[in-house]
Amino acid sequence: MGRTILHSDANCFYASVEHLHHPELNGKPVAVGGDPEARHGIVLTADYIAKKRGVKTGMALWQAKQACPEITFLPPRMDLYLRFSNMAHEIYADYTDLQEPFGIDESWLDVTSSATIKGDGYKIAQEISNRMKSELGITVSIGVSFNKIFAKLGSDYKKPDAITTMYQDEFQTKAWNLPASDLLYVGRSTYQKLIRYGIHTIGDLARTDEKILVSMFGKMGSVLWAFANGYDDSPVKIEDTSAPIKSIGNSTTTPRDLLTDLDVKIIIYMLSESVAARLRKNGFRCRVVEISVRDNGLFSFTRQHKITNATNITEEIAKEAYRIFKENYNWEKPIRSVGVRGADLVNDNYWEQLDLFSRPELREKQMKMDGTVDILRKRFGYFIIQRGLMYQDTLLSHLDAEANGRVHPHGYFG
Amino acid sequence: MDVAIRKVYVNVMAEFTKDGNLMPRTIIWEDGTNYEIQRIKDCRRAASLRAGGVGLRYTCVIGGQEKYLFYEDNNMWFVEGNTGA
Repeated sequence: MGRTILHSDANCFYASVEHLHHPELNGKPVAVGGDPEARHGIVLTADYIAKKRGVKTGMALWQAKQACPEITFLPPRMDLYLRFSNMAHEIYADYTDLQEPFGIDESWLDVTSSATIKGDGYKIAQEISNRMKSELGITVSIGVSFNKIFAKLGSDYKKPDAITTMYQDEFQTKAWNLPASDLLYVGRSTYQKLIRYGIHTIGDLARTDEKILVSMFGKMGSVLWAFANGYDDSPVKIEDTSAPIKSIGNSTTTPRDLLTDLDVKIIIYMLSESVAARLRKNGFRCRVVEISVRDNGLFSFTRQHKITNATNITEEIAKEAYRIFKENYNWEKPIRSVGVRGADLVNDNYWEQLDLFSRPELREKQMKMDGTVDILRKRFGYFIIQRGLMYQDTLLSHLDAEANGRVHPHGYFG
Repeated sequence: MDVAIRKVYVNVMAEFTKDGNLMPRTIIWEDGTNYEIQRIKDCRRAASLRAGGVGLRYTCVIGGQEKYLFYEDNNMWFVEGNTGA
């Protein structure tokens, strides 16, 4: 018997949650975006009214204002959205234990086994949709299908607040007429390439010889071909088995452009403190340090370096990051945004060979010191203890980076 | 009218029953007046579209009238009040 998979996608999630908490803005265009004063000025989510006027996700706030002058900007409240996301997952959990979140506002649900009790996929989708409305006050679009890819297509098919089925006997009429770019993993450049070969719709893609696609895209070609034909049989992962973290990183757009090495050093140390603290909190150490830099001409690059001893010591990560930066940047332009990331993670009790010349007792002291700083900050707040470096420029250093962790969708292939 | 509704946080005297249910008994309004809850007709998770918020919604009978009392997910109680009320 075939599977029944739902893909539920909360419509304009951040904006909907904000609308719910601001009834006075009912019927008015709203966008959730960073603080315009601190220059983190882009639109994260716009509601449908604003979207209709041409406001798009990723636009600078001033551009959005131009497209839609009466728009209201609200600063994002991530903790609130996470709370709503958790409540949505609680609702899903009444129907299946097989739910796989894709980002904060989307989830796949495998309801094959509950279909006998709760009714077919469409009925479950209706029930979920109604409960979302009455219990959380937000709307969702749900796709019902026999695999994850078409379920996702279904949820994108009609928005907002809609349920679309993509069953075996329907996908050729419904899905195949959609442009190929609607398919998961057909991004802009893949789509451009497909167009050049005269492949416009998902149906075109499905009817193209698999071998031709492989010659164009390598093994991804065969994956796309399978997706388009409905041969995707990847399972919906079981609740709470989120993939182990691959890296921990943090980046920030600074309140002003960075002009000197000192500026960058402050930011790198600040970010490293947060990265190292999060590594420690989760019991990891990293073996690769990576930095990303973007200048004010929006040119950006990343560089990474493998380090000899796995570490979660703030000083070591920061030093390495700063060293990589010095090696790779020649100050052609001021810098707008910097990121630090620890990758190639190992477990905290990872052992390794010591060499004759390293000083393990010094490292041990540093670890103890970091641990103490963590405890102090947990008890008395982030700014209770600071590096002297941070007082060189308090405007730059006054960002509690750890509290700003972002949530991003994992890749489909985990 | 939607505009006339505001979200009013209130003090609440509540009771934990021995089955572990949380039952509000008295609402203490902004001006200090106590309103006794005569009966709770319903308790469910719901969103308040009029005042803005989500949580457990108690349908309470107060002075013979039905009123919604919300136990918001941030552990605060609110009611949907009329402006100027």
